[in-house]
Amino acid sequence: MTALAPALHDSATMLRRNLRHMVRYPSLTLMLVGMPVVFLLLFVYVFGATLGAGIGGGRGAYVDYVTPGIILMTMAGAATGTAVSVSMDMVEGIVARFRTMAISRASVLTGHVVGSVLQTLLSMAVVVGVALAVGFRPNAGPLEWLAVLGVLALFVFALTWLAVALGLAAKSVETASNTPMPLMLLPFLGSGFVPTESMPAGLRWFAEYQPFTPVIETLRGLLFGTPIGNHAAIAVGWAVAIALGSYLWARRLYDRDPSR
Amino acid sequence: MSNPPTAPAPAVAATGLRKSYGSHTVLDGVDLRVAAGTIFALLGPNGAGKTTIVKILTTLIGADGGDVTVAGHDLAREPDAVRAAIGVTGQYSAVDKFLTGAENLILMADLHRLGKAEGRRRAADLLERFDLTDAAGKPAATYSGGMLRRLDLAMTLVGDPRVIFLDEPTTGLDPRSRRTMWQIIRELVAGGVTIFLTTQYLEEADELADRIALLDHGRLIAEGTAEELKRLVPGGHVQLRFADPDGLAAALDALGTGSLDDDALTLRVPSDGGVRSLRGLLARLDDRSIEVAALSVHLPDLDDVFLTLTGRPGDDPKDPR
Repeated sequence: MTALAPALHDSATMLRRNLRHMVRYPSLTLMLVGMPVVFLLLFVYVFGATLGAGIGGGRGAYVDYVTPGIILMTMAGAATGTAVSVSMDMVEGIVARFRTMAISRASVLTGHVVGSVLQTLLSMAVVVGVALAVGFRPNAGPLEWLAVLGVLALFVFALTWLAVALGLAAKSVETASNTPMPLMLLPFLGSGFVPTESMPAGLRWFAEYQPFTPVIETLRGLLFGTPIGNHAAIAVGWAVAIALGSYLWARRLYDRDPSR
Repeated sequence: MSNPPTAPAPAVAATGLRKSYGSHTVLDGVDLRVAAGTIFALLGPNGAGKTTIVKILTTLIGADGGDVTVAGHDLAREPDAVRAAIGVTGQYSAVDKFLTGAENLILMADLHRLGKAEGRRRAADLLERFDLTDAAGKPAATYSGGMLRRLDLAMTLVGDPRVIFLDEPTTGLDPRSRRTMWQIIRELVAGGVTIFLTTQYLEEADELADRIALLDHGRLIAEGTAEELKRLVPGGHVQLRFADPDGLAAALDALGTGSLDDDALTLRVPSDGGVRSLRGLLARLDDRSIEVAALSVHLPDLDDVFLTLTGRPGDDPKDPR
């Protein structure tokens, strides 16, 4: 038996535990889905006509424009949920018990990450479903959709590790629910809701270089055939950097002396 | 029970255990030796360092110095071998409150890789043994304090640990749940495991432990059987009550020893309780014309050991409701 097999077994056990939490307490998942759906409806039916006119179309054109931003917002909201559940876990004594058992140490975190990635992808699928119902009409073929799924899965994976690290770093559950909040703003401070060209110089600079914008532009390109340019490469670069940095940070936080 | 030093490998052996946080020394050179198959109680007030010792022995935190073996494995070199041999029930219940009692036990069985059928069988046995069968399908969040402790201990037992650490296993429990827990602990030892328990209840250590160590400010101040420890204070103490604070102060002055309780107007004086010493005590008070309102003689208990060894009473909290 290789050293990997027990780690996989433990991670699978932890994943089952996390999935069971989600099934038993669906309120968190519902909130994670509900909030972006509310924003989607708000931006389509309240602001949609005006904002749509701004990008040279109408409400229909704006649904297509805003949906990638809403998808990223779903991801950011889910990150908050992940940070909260990790932080709650650390406060409870159960993790101390895991630490005194001869099991793979990383399995607790792996269970959270895999569980949260699945939860987030599911939430995003529901959000896309609602978007389709209110007029989202991408012209992507199966291959492009597969690429969309790939880009999203990679970025969700990265943000989930970041959320796990934030949850571990938080001294209390309240802190854990606050620290990922800035992520929720990033779709707004990027190309999620309006084109970055319409922003004042300083904000525009930030909007063009922050990690969410290349992901949103890559999604638009895959879904509607707009030019992707180097956005895809930058998006993947961000994802790998965030995932790796957050993973190392999370591991260090988890392995630190819990008495400190 | 006698515990000859030539006994086979001890379940826990620690020498020179040290731990400090910054300039604050929590453990200042603690030596421990727990014979296999016995109950060892670490007794001390809050803040004495009991939980720190348990955390070190259970691999949760590292020590700054000292050599430790648990179940025959070196703590620093083979932490996973130690983890495989121990079970820990901490001060705060280590159960997953979102899962049911049965699911918590099966989670443990999965982590111990018992296999599906064996895991379920073990879970059912433990639920039965700890009187949790009726609540097996309910989320642990709905359990009472006593039920949570029982589930917690049941989870610890899923992996058949040889050495079990119980950090204040009955703190916060009502008297009935406490007795149940005591009964469970006795049964475990009868089954051959070693129990290392910490408690701030003197009565609990007296009731359960083969050997007791008194911990105060990170140092062991005494170690032995309950009988041996009580022998350190032959005769227990005399409690004197006075009508007013002046009498209390004068008595302390006259006797030169004892611990004061200003509110109850009582003075506690170590004494062997014999007629001769009592007569001497009262004579000294009579010489100064100090009126004693009431006098009672107490047989020795571990509280007296604490009083004598530390010069202050052990922080034995009142029984919880």
